[in-house]
Amino acid sequence: MFSSAALKITHRAISNPMDIADAQTMSGLHATEITVRVDGAEYRVRVDNRVTVLDLLREHLGVTAPKKGCDHGQCGACTVLLDGRRATTCLALAVAHDGAAIVTATGLGALDALHPVARAFLDHDGFQCGYCTPGQICSAVGMLDEFKAGFPSHVSVDLDLSGELDGTEIRERMSGNLCRCAAYPNIVAAIEEAAR
Amino acid sequence: MMPFEYHRAVSVTDALTAVADRPDAAFLAGGTNLVDHMKLGIVAPGLLVDVGHLPLTEVHVLSDGTVSVGAEVRNSDLAAHPVVRSTYPVLTRALLSGASGQLRNVATTGGNLLQRTRCVYFQDLTTPCNKRTPGSGCSAIGGYTRYHAILGASEHCVAVHPSDMAVAMAALDAVVVYLDANGEHRQPLSTFYRPTDDRPDRDTVLPHGALITAVDIPPPPEHARSTYRKVRDRASYAFALTSVAAELVVADGTVTGARVALGGVAHQPWRARVAERTLIGGPATEDAFRAAADAELGLARPLPGNEFKVELTSRAVVATLVSLVEGRQ
Repeated sequence: MFSSAALKITHRAISNPMDIADAQTMSGLHATEITVRVDGAEYRVRVDNRVTVLDLLREHLGVTAPKKGCDHGQCGACTVLLDGRRATTCLALAVAHDGAAIVTATGLGALDALHPVARAFLDHDGFQCGYCTPGQICSAVGMLDEFKAGFPSHVSVDLDLSGELDGTEIRERMSGNLCRCAAYPNIVAAIEEAAR
Repeated sequence: MMPFEYHRAVSVTDALTAVADRPDAAFLAGGTNLVDHMKLGIVAPGLLVDVGHLPLTEVHVLSDGTVSVGAEVRNSDLAAHPVVRSTYPVLTRALLSGASGQLRNVATTGGNLLQRTRCVYFQDLTTPCNKRTPGSGCSAIGGYTRYHAILGASEHCVAVHPSDMAVAMAALDAVVVYLDANGEHRQPLSTFYRPTDDRPDRDTVLPHGALITAVDIPPPPEHARSTYRKVRDRASYAFALTSVAAELVVADGTVTGARVALGGVAHQPWRARVAERTLIGGPATEDAFRAAADAELGLARPLPGNEFKVELTSRAVVATLVSLVEGRQ
């Protein structure tokens, strides 16, 4: 029923402090068995109820594309597409997302078949250190979907959204993703191109 | 974070039952505020009852024109809803000025109303705070007050309610619909938040175990225009220093209807009824708007360090009303 990856994960050896801490409460009422689909692979795993989707991905499933920046929903580095919509994973409890389909920056494409947004980030040098980049790219992909669906933004003059996705719109819609290197001009240029 | 039990509610009844007998239980919806506070140690519920999967995700237009918003409608969906966009521009604009795209996709209507203050002392367990621990004192008084109240505060608490959405809903005379063991209740938003007495830890009148199921918004008056203006330290993704939700009806140059609420200045969305009374029947001019704003702000009792918010708020009210007269919304 489940992929071999899931079985591997479920029975992973206790190898780091987080797993040891989890082990102490993994039985009884404070842990729950959940199923998630991440970048196309299905995992069935028992998690401490306190584990966030971000920690589930990084520490339990070894999916390290989403990054931990602030861990308080303020920086956007942990952004993924959660059931098709962009969301920060640091404020999402894994247990509350049993059955969720998660796409990280890794799952958007392949090295030899980059997602157009990832390609545009490369072409426009839309990063420096790269730490925020997986979150930026996932956020941009989700944002472009929102724009296509007609979602207005704070800077939209017309709430029925007759305008185009210009730099002002991109900056507002991407304000949930911080870049400590301040690669913002190139990020905006990359997204402008990807939107065309 | 302390260990906790988790229960995914399968129905509203199931949710109410699960929380009823557990004083340490809390409802979980989007989690964007609650999970953060659990991480910070501000709250430590022993049981989370997840209501985020309940079928309360629709926006219904009732036969009398009331728009009934399900408690689990996400902020981004509510902002983009065609009926909300066309009928209540003030609500769409308020929602879109709050948080980030990622958070709006997750945060819910009910949760937005129940979010807690962003007072830095409330979030810092090393400082006294009456909202966290009643009787321990208020660290903001005499402290950093840039984001604190100028209206409605007391010696117990000077924190402000952080919501933008709720400010628009206050101007629109929204009604909070909730369920508890005794059935359904309807609480006007104007009396939903408690005054800043000696129990500032209790933000709202909701009893333990009460579940918000919807917010009802009555239809606006004919020919009304409405909009939301937010003033903040960054261009985007920041809480309000002050904000204005306003709806105006003008006929032949005279104001025939006005509803105004202020955000970022009080423990609750501050309905500016003094300003409204001053506006109605008067000319729709900048001078008249300024007089109305100043009449409201005459009630202000700023703290050392946030005196600027009085003039800032007055100017924001005037600018908002002028923009409505000029046709922007």
